[in-house]
Amino acid sequence: MINIEIDGKHIEVENGCSVIDAAHQLGIYIPHFCYHKKLSIAANCRMCLVQIEKAPKPLPACATPVAEGMKVFTASEQAVKAQKGVMEFLLINHPLDCPICDQGGECELQDLAVGYGGSASRYQEEKRVVLHKDIGPLVAAEEMSRCINCTRCVRFGIEIGGAMELGQAFRGEHAEIMAFMSDTVDSELSGNMIDLCPVGALTSKPFRYSARTWELSRRKSISPHDSLGSNLAVQVKNNRVMRVLPIENEEVNECWLSDKDRFSYEGLNSAERLTKPMIKQDGKWLEVEWQVALEYVANGLRQIAHEKGAENIGALATPHSTLEELYLLQKLVRGLGSHNVDFRLRQSDFSADNKQPGAPWLGMAVADINLVDRFLLVGSFLRKDHPLLASRVRQATKWGAQVNLIHATDDDLLMPIANKEIVAPTEMATVLAQVLKALATAKQVTLDTNVQQVIQSVTPSAIAQAMADSLASGERVAVFFGNFAQQHPHASQLQLLAQHIAALCGATFGFFGEAANSVGGYLAQAVPFAGTEHGMNASAMLAAPRKAYILLNVEAELDMQNPQQALAAMGAADMVVALSAYKHHATEYADVLLPITPFTETSGTFISSEGRAQSFKGTVQPLGEARPAWKVLRVLGNMLDIPGFDYNNSEAVRDEVLVGTDLPAKLGNVLHGVPAQAATWNIAGLQRVSDVPIYATDAIVRRAASLQKTRDAATPRALMHSVELKKLNLQSGEMIKLTQGHGSARLSVIADDSLPHGVVRVAAGHAVTAELGEMFGSIMVERA
Amino acid sequence: MLSEQVRAKTDHELKKYPPDRKQSAVMSALRFVQDEKGWIDTADMADVAAYLGMPQMSVYEVATFYNMYNLKPMGRHTLTVCTNLSCQLVGAMETLSYIKSKLGIGVGEVTADGKFGLREGECQNVCDEAPLFMINNKKTCGHLTKEKIDQILAELDKE
Repeated sequence: MINIEIDGKHIEVENGCSVIDAAHQLGIYIPHFCYHKKLSIAANCRMCLVQIEKAPKPLPACATPVAEGMKVFTASEQAVKAQKGVMEFLLINHPLDCPICDQGGECELQDLAVGYGGSASRYQEEKRVVLHKDIGPLVAAEEMSRCINCTRCVRFGIEIGGAMELGQAFRGEHAEIMAFMSDTVDSELSGNMIDLCPVGALTSKPFRYSARTWELSRRKSISPHDSLGSNLAVQVKNNRVMRVLPIENEEVNECWLSDKDRFSYEGLNSAERLTKPMIKQDGKWLEVEWQVALEYVANGLRQIAHEKGAENIGALATPHSTLEELYLLQKLVRGLGSHNVDFRLRQSDFSADNKQPGAPWLGMAVADINLVDRFLLVGSFLRKDHPLLASRVRQATKWGAQVNLIHATDDDLLMPIANKEIVAPTEMATVLAQVLKALATAKQVTLDTNVQQVIQSVTPSAIAQAMADSLASGERVAVFFGNFAQQHPHASQLQLLAQHIAALCGATFGFFGEAANSVGGYLAQAVPFAGTEHGMNASAMLAAPRKAYILLNVEAELDMQNPQQALAAMGAADMVVALSAYKHHATEYADVLLPITPFTETSGTFISSEGRAQSFKGTVQPLGEARPAWKVLRVLGNMLDIPGFDYNNSEAVRDEVLVGTDLPAKLGNVLHGVPAQAATWNIAGLQRVSDVPIYATDAIVRRAASLQKTRDAATPRALMHSVELKKLNLQSGEMIKLTQGHGSARLSVIADDSLPHGVVRVAAGHAVTAELGEMFGSIMVERA
Repeated sequence: MLSEQVRAKTDHELKKYPPDRKQSAVMSALRFVQDEKGWIDTADMADVAAYLGMPQMSVYEVATFYNMYNLKPMGRHTLTVCTNLSCQLVGAMETLSYIKSKLGIGVGEVTADGKFGLREGECQNVCDEAPLFMINNKKTCGHLTKEKIDQILAELDKE
């Protein structure tokens, strides 16, 4: 520890700490632009010059490490003179367009110019002009003359985003921030560059010129998308969400937001919003009053329960629904006498149900991911499914962590990967068995006879051996199960092997949850095995069609493991009640559409992957006659005379679920009582590999206009290894017809030699592939 | 795709650096490209980036930072006239305007026949020979007078 004095105040700080950090610890503000606590030190803006005793000239506080007995003066005559001088230089070329600049009012340069700038410029010469750039649909670089070349955006791209998409080209007075060959910035974290930009050079394209910052009220919320539970500041004007910014929470999203969390708000104001209850009569949709619609639903459900038996009612909800909504949905369905309720819509293997001590969760705190030194990632599109978790893994690799990956695709994770095995879904269990065997051999451990039998027949490959060595050499090891592995038809077998691997190397075993409430759904008991009797899971409810379905936020053709089967089941049902914020494809198969509100218009709770329950309030009034789903379900419960539906507010619902509940005790990943089976899954011909593209995951992002213009949202194409293309005599770029079951899709096919042989990669969750069947399994390919 | 020669020369450079620091050879690789074709296209930068396993933008930063890389075709003989202080004191600007009028082109331009290109450059560290220019960044010609310029240009014209 080192003792220093800043502006006469003493402080003891750690060796290696910079003067600016020490000052911040004391609560002393030193003006700065290029310095950012999460980024490397550039020391190029020179705004943080301070006077240091015995130093012959002012020194930059961000790049000067503390030394014993150092005396710093941040506001002495010398320091302020230096700071004013720097400010004069910065303003020389900066345009005086604050009145029309989107950054006006929240501009670091504007703020500091008030304190350090002159009232008039002494500069008479021509100002430099930097041409505007088009770097994509999210970040506007339309006024690059405003740039002060702090390079925060460049450093963010390299250090946090993992790819250098922006750089500082040319030199000196001609230096400018640009992308290579007018490329776009495609990072899934690009929006953070807008926050980082201390001036108005990089601004938000969707938000441009729509409001001034001081007109906006700022309300706290929680992201409904991925399982991280990012903390949001939803900014509102005239009862409309104008933009979303991060709220800093070091334990969750730090000071970042993924673009999905940041720009999805555009979907809230989509023209597709459902604003009036609707009933289909004689094939025509009629707008009706709430009372009429709810009575229709109550009568219909009562009738089906009475005549066909309550087990003929099924309820499906997306894991993006709130805890309160999911809890009331299952309570309603169970009140009717059915146990068919599920929120795990893209899951296909349910054999782990009731075999785990609790809800599958991350197994550790999100913040601890940075400290892990060996990762085994099983089946995860990490970067696109969990952008900020990926960033944490990336940070860990900077400190030497090794990432081992077992997956079916080789997408660039923008981080060093120590070992990877890219295999077809049918082979994943074998690879895990190989790693397990290599570990067991190295540690000279004998496993359960059951597991031993399974690994008996496999011979570890060199890569499996390398993975085992990597995992065995770690001190803080983590084995994570991604979305792909959770959706895998043999998920529990994969899990069993992965958890044995974790046990052998003292690792934490965890799940990257698929959605905001993937843990919350279990706690809300929205699973078929939570009650006294066991009902049907999401897959079984469709395989054996029910007479009536209640859909909460579900778009049957996009949110399900098998859209073909889902649509068939919906079409055949006597009654489909769709609670939805949007008027969507349900108009084809539903009988009633009930307009419910998205997360910004209701209070609720999401329980994130790490088991963090975060409640939020509504930020704007419900649009039109849309109502929060928990209220709709409450009224339905009352109408159906189901006891226990007298809630005054959503907090009462939440408290019924969570108060008196030991949340950590409700989480548990370890499978018990599932026998290990030798991998015998074989598929003759081609098999499908599906990802859910980052901007196709849920109803809100699917309607977020700007996100839909990004490269990540481009129309899906089928990807195949060129060897497979040759076998079928197809050319890369050709249109092909993909067939599963009785449905097909026409897509162009692209050769991708990073894929394993024998697979076709086809995205799920997208309208063009909605006619297809399961996300895994056999698929036919022919020339269109 | 970088030519075999450029790759061979770059490989030779790479031996000077640790295997995980391949990007250290970026300046050499760009120089080899320029030696071969006279200038560096963005496609060449992308090739260099791929060859050295570094971000394309990073190569672009280097190529645009240094003055001696030609980012567009600069003629068979690129004359780079030093206009830094020492040269200026002994008439670099007059030298430059003489070459301009002689070739009928401005700074950053190439003669119509593609033979000569003209650039302004930075100090070459041989101020005792001022005023001076470099030919294709390889050969320094100092103590320039109108006669000497005429002679050099005439010789180059024959090549």
